[in-house]
Amino acid sequence: MDLTYTDKQNAFREEVRSWLAANVPAEALQTFDTAEGFAAHREWEAKLNEGRWGMVTWPEELGGRACDLIEWLIFEEEYYKARAPLRVNQNGIFLLGPTLMEYGTEEQKARILPKMANGEEVWAQGWSEPNAGSDMAAIRSTARLEGDKYIINGQKTWSTRAVWADWCFGMFRTDPDSQRHRGLTFILVPLNTPGITVRPIPQLDGLPGFAEIFFDNVEVGVENRLGDEGAGWSVAMATAGFERGLMLRSPARFQETARRLVELYRENQATADSDPAVRDAVMRAYLDAESYCLTTYQTACRLNKGGKIGAESSTNKIFWSELDQNMHATAMSILGARAELLPHAPDAQGVGNWLDGWLFAQSGPIYAGTNEVQRNIIAERMLGMPRK
Amino acid sequence: MDFTFSEDQLLFQESVKDFLVKEVTPERIRAGWETDNGRDSSLWQQLAELGLTGLTVPEAHGGLGMNELDFVLLAQECGYVALPEPLVHTAMVAVPMLGQIGGELADHWLPKIAAGEAKVIVGLEQNLLVEDAHVADLLLLQRGASIVAATPEQVELRHNESVDPSRKLYAVELSDSAAAVAEGEQAQALVTGAMDRGALGCAAQALGLAQRMVDISVQYTSERQQFGQAIGAFQAVKHHMANVAVSLEYARAPVHRAAYSVAAGEPIASHAVSHAKLVACDAANLAAKNCIQVHGAMGYTWEVDLHIFMKKAWALANTWGDAGYHKTRIGEHIFAEGAVLGAGATFQGM
Ligand SMILES: Cc1cc2nc3c(=O)[nH]c(=O)nc-3n(C[C@H](O)[C@H](O)[C@H](O)COP(=O)(O)OP(=O)(O)OC[C@H]3O[C@@H](n4cnc5c(N)ncnc54)[C@H](O)[C@@H]3O)c2cc1C
Repeated sequence: MDLTYTDKQNAFREEVRSWLAANVPAEALQTFDTAEGFAAHREWEAKLNEGRWGMVTWPEELGGRACDLIEWLIFEEEYYKARAPLRVNQNGIFLLGPTLMEYGTEEQKARILPKMANGEEVWAQGWSEPNAGSDMAAIRSTARLEGDKYIINGQKTWSTRAVWADWCFGMFRTDPDSQRHRGLTFILVPLNTPGITVRPIPQLDGLPGFAEIFFDNVEVGVENRLGDEGAGWSVAMATAGFERGLMLRSPARFQETARRLVELYRENQATADSDPAVRDAVMRAYLDAESYCLTTYQTACRLNKGGKIGAESSTNKIFWSELDQNMHATAMSILGARAELLPHAPDAQGVGNWLDGWLFAQSGPIYAGTNEVQRNIIAERMLGMPRK
Repeated sequence: MDFTFSEDQLLFQESVKDFLVKEVTPERIRAGWETDNGRDSSLWQQLAELGLTGLTVPEAHGGLGMNELDFVLLAQECGYVALPEPLVHTAMVAVPMLGQIGGELADHWLPKIAAGEAKVIVGLEQNLLVEDAHVADLLLLQRGASIVAATPEQVELRHNESVDPSRKLYAVELSDSAAAVAEGEQAQALVTGAMDRGALGCAAQALGLAQRMVDISVQYTSERQQFGQAIGAFQAVKHHMANVAVSLEYARAPVHRAAYSVAAGEPIASHAVSHAKLVACDAANLAAKNCIQVHGAMGYTWEVDLHIFMKKAWALANTWGDAGYHKTRIGEHIFAEGAVLGAGATFQGM
């Protein structure tokens, strides 16, 4: 065990830091849940890609830097410290990208990955349906193979950033007689294809952060199938594996929230201490964010040495999402009567963007597999408790 | 950056675990409850033969010359079996303190500890009472601004019974004046170091205790049937256990980091230890709470083994610094003017 960074890692950190210092926009971009904000974030992706900082874990020939997980963690630390924009194409870069590299054909990789990398094509994820939420195997949307085309019908929902995205990846039932997770196929669909209707759904903040996608005899070439027909479930599980694994929420994000929470507490200490629970909650937030960081580094080092990640990765989703909720709840307590005020309200002094964070934190325990479903997985697959 | 244990460290853990699980059974622990002094000299001899009593004793004094990082995984296993013998205290607290005092005292006692012929016990004022003072051949006691070395003849012991029948706690009164072996700043440094190592030992044992309670409960709930099915198939029962698993999963790395910090003498060692102690004892307390619940009335009995581990977890949470003590140390760090916190600070900022 050696908990110090190597010279190479320190040099890498310096390189990331100086590039970000020179390039991160001075003023925060508008949220990507607006048309202008989306466009600005797309531009930022192009800029990141120009500097070869867009997908640091991707191989070099695809515009990445072939970073290992420790370098990725260092990159993320600097990224969040620099308050760089959120990643509008994270469904592409972190979920579909790695899956394509594993399951895609050479033609697909060459056609799709470069445009994903430079932000030209932003991806949405189309798994959930009105009757297939936690129970994803209940998917009903169909794709019928006719010649060299799939004809797609049905409905996807809760698709993040689908309002302005260019493509979506999803699972469709190709075998009409199939049940559950058999007979599903993973298909990539350009969202401008005739027959597609995207209906924005306003989220808690009133902005259309996700959307319903309706498919009415939508024709998609067979070259857009990822993996074999009927193998959709296992391809999707690989994507979910990446998602639930390390890359979805790096510790840096929560460590920065914890740091800002400590700051907020110190600025408001005189009033905050009227509730003695607040100080404790601030300390707890800081400790939990540190625990998350330490545990992630430990896992990353184990994986770097050839270890495997198992069902224990389901603990990850629960830990960060509850941490995020707790931190924001504490911030709301500290802000007291100001907590409910929108940032532009005339008397909302010093409220920062805590309210936005608080709203978004409500969704953490729901998306990417609800925390209840994760607890089932932990009990059954990690602890070996009986299914029935 | 390498946050993994070596192959050797993991193999050693495995073999010590095998030994402890085989030898330190709940039956043997219960048998100890029936004896006057509650300690088992044949077991201590076995531990010495495995090199464990001398694990942190320098090689020059007949030990294995290892450090707190080498020992931390073994301390987890001591927790897993709720080992009543003061092995963690010896390796983590007494031996390092003797080593730091040095001189004749170390020359005399360290080889005896390694050979399993003597036990040295440390008593600090932060702890109300002294663990295992009744089996000490030498006591190192904090008295005011000094550390004094007292022989059994120089002290009077008043036994205090603990909820955990395996724990033997004593008020120690000096009946005679004992020689000071460290004073002033040196004594203060010894006390801080001993507090850190003692708390680290508790934290590591808490991880093992929590794991044991989980293992016992997973097995019990897989066998016990109600409403025509194993109770472990009920989601409420599963989620009780999953919550413990989450809490335990995120307590391990802080404990390992604290062990590394203490062994490497990092300036943040005390802070890292307080973090570790808080989260590991929280995990063990949650394990105790949820595991008794999923046992139903069985969990409330003397007969079922769960309480051996549960009671030890309760006790460890409030010794070598209770939550208030450790939170105060955390607060001093994070609320200090100019504290370096946040992304990137964990391994380099402090
Ligand atoms: C902000 C946000 C972004 C999202 N983005 C996307 C996206 O881009 N693409 C996409 O496909 N989907 C997306 N989703 C959808 C998300 O994946 C689903 O919301 C999630 O899988 C839960 O499904 P559901 O909403 O239908 O809830 P339900 O499945 O109806 O669950 C409702 C409640 O019942 C509980 N429950 C259900 N089944 C069980 C069970 N077996 N055991 C115990 N409790 C159970 C759940 O835990 C939950 O508390 C997003 C959701 C949110 C909130």
